[in-house]
Amino acid sequence: MPRIGVFVCQCGNNIAATVDTKKVAEEMKKLPGVVYTCDYKFMCSSPGQDMLRQAIKENKLDGLIVSACSPHMHEKTFRKAAEAAGLNPYQCEITNIREQCSWVHHDTTKAVGTVKSIDLTRMTIERLKKNRPLKKIKIPVKKRALVIGGGIAGIQAALDIADGGREVILVEKEPSIGGNMARLSETFPTMDCSQCILTPKMVEAELNENITLLTYSEVEKVDGYIGNFTVQIKRKSKFVDEERCTGCGECIEKCPFKTESAFELGLAKRKVIYTPFPQSVPNVPVIDAPNCPKIQKDKCGACAIVCGPKCIDFKMEDKIVTEEVGAIVVATGYQLMPNERFGEYGYGRIKDVISGMQFERLASSSGPTGGEIRRPSDGKVPQNVVFIQCVGSRDEKKGVSYCSKVCCMYTAKHTMLYKHKVHDGQSYVFYMDIRSGGKRYEEFVRKAIEHDDAMYLRGRVSRVYEKDGKVIVQGADTLSGSQVEIEADMVVLATAIVSREGADTLAQKLGIGYDKYKFYNEYHPKLRPVETVTAGIFLAGTCMGPMDIPESVAQGSAAASKVLALFSADEMAREPITAGVNKTTCNACWDCVTACPYSAIERESVKDRQGNIVKWLARVNEGVCQGCGVCVAACRSKSVDLRGYTDEQVFAAINSF
Amino acid sequence: MKIPYYPGCTLNTFAKSFDESARDAASAIGFEMAELKQWNCCGATFPLTPDNLIALSAPAKVLSNAGKEGDTLTTLCSVCYNVLKRTNKVLRDNREKRATINGFIEEEYDGSVNVLHFLEVLRDKVGFDKVKAAVKRPLAGIKTGAYYGCMLLRPFEDMGIDNAERPTVFENLLKALGAEPVEFPNRIECCGAHLAMNNEEVVTKLSGNVMTSAVGSGAELIVTSCPLCQYNLEKSQDKVVSSTPGYTGVPVIYFTQALGLALGQPIESLGFEKNVTDVMPLLKKKGIV
Repeated sequence: MPRIGVFVCQCGNNIAATVDTKKVAEEMKKLPGVVYTCDYKFMCSSPGQDMLRQAIKENKLDGLIVSACSPHMHEKTFRKAAEAAGLNPYQCEITNIREQCSWVHHDTTKAVGTVKSIDLTRMTIERLKKNRPLKKIKIPVKKRALVIGGGIAGIQAALDIADGGREVILVEKEPSIGGNMARLSETFPTMDCSQCILTPKMVEAELNENITLLTYSEVEKVDGYIGNFTVQIKRKSKFVDEERCTGCGECIEKCPFKTESAFELGLAKRKVIYTPFPQSVPNVPVIDAPNCPKIQKDKCGACAIVCGPKCIDFKMEDKIVTEEVGAIVVATGYQLMPNERFGEYGYGRIKDVISGMQFERLASSSGPTGGEIRRPSDGKVPQNVVFIQCVGSRDEKKGVSYCSKVCCMYTAKHTMLYKHKVHDGQSYVFYMDIRSGGKRYEEFVRKAIEHDDAMYLRGRVSRVYEKDGKVIVQGADTLSGSQVEIEADMVVLATAIVSREGADTLAQKLGIGYDKYKFYNEYHPKLRPVETVTAGIFLAGTCMGPMDIPESVAQGSAAASKVLALFSADEMAREPITAGVNKTTCNACWDCVTACPYSAIERESVKDRQGNIVKWLARVNEGVCQGCGVCVAACRSKSVDLRGYTDEQVFAAINSF
Repeated sequence: MKIPYYPGCTLNTFAKSFDESARDAASAIGFEMAELKQWNCCGATFPLTPDNLIALSAPAKVLSNAGKEGDTLTTLCSVCYNVLKRTNKVLRDNREKRATINGFIEEEYDGSVNVLHFLEVLRDKVGFDKVKAAVKRPLAGIKTGAYYGCMLLRPFEDMGIDNAERPTVFENLLKALGAEPVEFPNRIECCGAHLAMNNEEVVTKLSGNVMTSAVGSGAELIVTSCPLCQYNLEKSQDKVVSSTPGYTGVPVIYFTQALGLALGQPIESLGFEKNVTDVMPLLKKKGIV
């Protein structure tokens, strides 16, 4: 006969107001197998826990129920207390009589609440009788991390993990790390130059001996689970031997062919052998194969002739490298919504309608105009510039429903940069609301308006068209209730931030979730902001949604601290609430394999002594299993069961009701 | 080819020249606009409240009648086109509303008729190259502004005749007719529409913007696809001329009149005399007549 103890919590008045806890305790005492019951004001308090421990010892309890708040709140507390008293922690079960009972019933005569609490507790008792002691699962951990994405968030994460003494592989798609931040001119609200604060970090990442930089590379395949991932990385051919290249730049100088620079967003051209920008890390050029006449038609080859260390190899091919890591940080960043979608603003048709990011390049001292604001069509210095905010953001019909968060701030910054460079120029900003939440952000916007004469007009623009070399902007000023027409020289669109192209495919490779905009989902938006539901994979930066540089950096560090915590022990312990397969009844239909959202179920072969396969079985990888129970529902032969929530336990509870 | 045709009230009365020039042009190209045996007013506005189903019953009746005569229905007036096409979409996609409306008009219509604007018929059913081949009197050298207005293109998801912000169908037709299309900024702006009833000032301003914008871009002629646009532009002409220095007016005609002209129809059959502005001096200047 089991020896069960039942502890009913009053939770001050939270439970006691509508539940007669004393009566619940008394009723439970009458049930077979229950040897001890009591009720108490706060079971979770120190004296409450002491009482519980003492009762376990004195009454030689082999299982206990705490009827109190949701298991999400204090299950851990009570299980720890039970463990301290010498019990298997999984022999402690919680009945939720607060959130699911006392809080939802308002009957102060306590009739309803008491009856329901008795029923619920009785069900848990029957369930507990079928419990088996469980042990935490131990998993070995490989103490190396993979960081995907070499923007500011990824760099920060890599640096922090490396500083914690662990190896990091930093994978970047482009020839250089730096990401979008490398394109920016100055940053709000301090107006420090973006490259000046970014490049030291880029160089640090290159020089740190714990960091292996894999630029011009992409993640191809991810296998395994927390602590034990196997990752295949495609190293795209640079046609330049990274080891031997000295970064002298002679090849770039001598290359006779030019093409559109993706880094400069169509505002400038670059050579076919190139580094994206002068401060590129690593400072190793790559050959843009589709545009290279040597590779396409075997003509030219000037770069190879001038190369001193002879490191150019036109025959170089893509390579796949395999790395074993214990944790992954995803920091793949964002891109801007294609402006062409907004025909009314004339982007792509009118040369002097540009995106905010293009304006950054115009304002950047390393940009195509050397930091002078000159319009793309004829190189004139624009005297009137119109900035249009919320292009695509907060526009469910044509764009996305969310706010891109940084545009209010960078548009204010643009008006300031413009005024500082063109003193007699006038800027106009069409806005919906000014969203400047953040340390010193509101003051920054006020400064743009009050000191730098930015004219803020609250309203939308209906049409932009060209007339006699001017860009005419028609819009509404909803504060004065009038229609406005501005003869501008240049128009800058604050285009919505969207997820990177291919974000969904990468998420599928990693087995992490994403929302309808293909931004990655965090485990919990408030309390676990840099974790994913897949253990061992963490997130940082704008791959989760629009955010500014300080937030991205904070998240990079946060993800790194999670990785370092994981790497702090040789083994990690996991909750044993996982699925298990009954090998005698499993008939290998693989329904569970298809159903499992975490790819935690593998196909296992059973061999005879001669090594012939005699049978196939499903096997649950406990490192990956999250205990969701989908496989249990899917299994037709009832061969899968969830530890801690077995069919036997669940039916026992239901039958006692 | 015989295409079921819904003229609508305005084309049957006030905008007769729009209707007649289109029918003649069609037969010149080689198809027949077969007027529905029975039709009523489309209601002239698509209701903006989603539960105002009674306003959909009139266009639903038209569509249901059309369904008995074929699988397509063409119309010329932009407003009729807008109302019919959007109502048809409701009837096709919303089972609940379809049942209510059908119950009310005592018909069994399922939204299967394909509502086409005459421009769409020319573009998709006939083909502009075939139109081009039928041209006998090319409108060579006439810089023409195609005025779309709003009803023909918007809302884009419902109408889908062309890109709502950068349409080309009208210009392509004009090219086929030998004219020189002029893209002007206000070509898809509103003319003031029904405000003609109670706020003429707004109409004068908006229609004025359309005409001055067209002329500013070099247009010598404006073609319209909507009797209300045509009315508003014509009605505002004199006021705009007197209030805008340097603006001397611009002839405004229906696009079907331009089409008939190019197809070599007799001038007197095109109904130019019904237009407020006189297009003849321009045609004479260009040596077309």
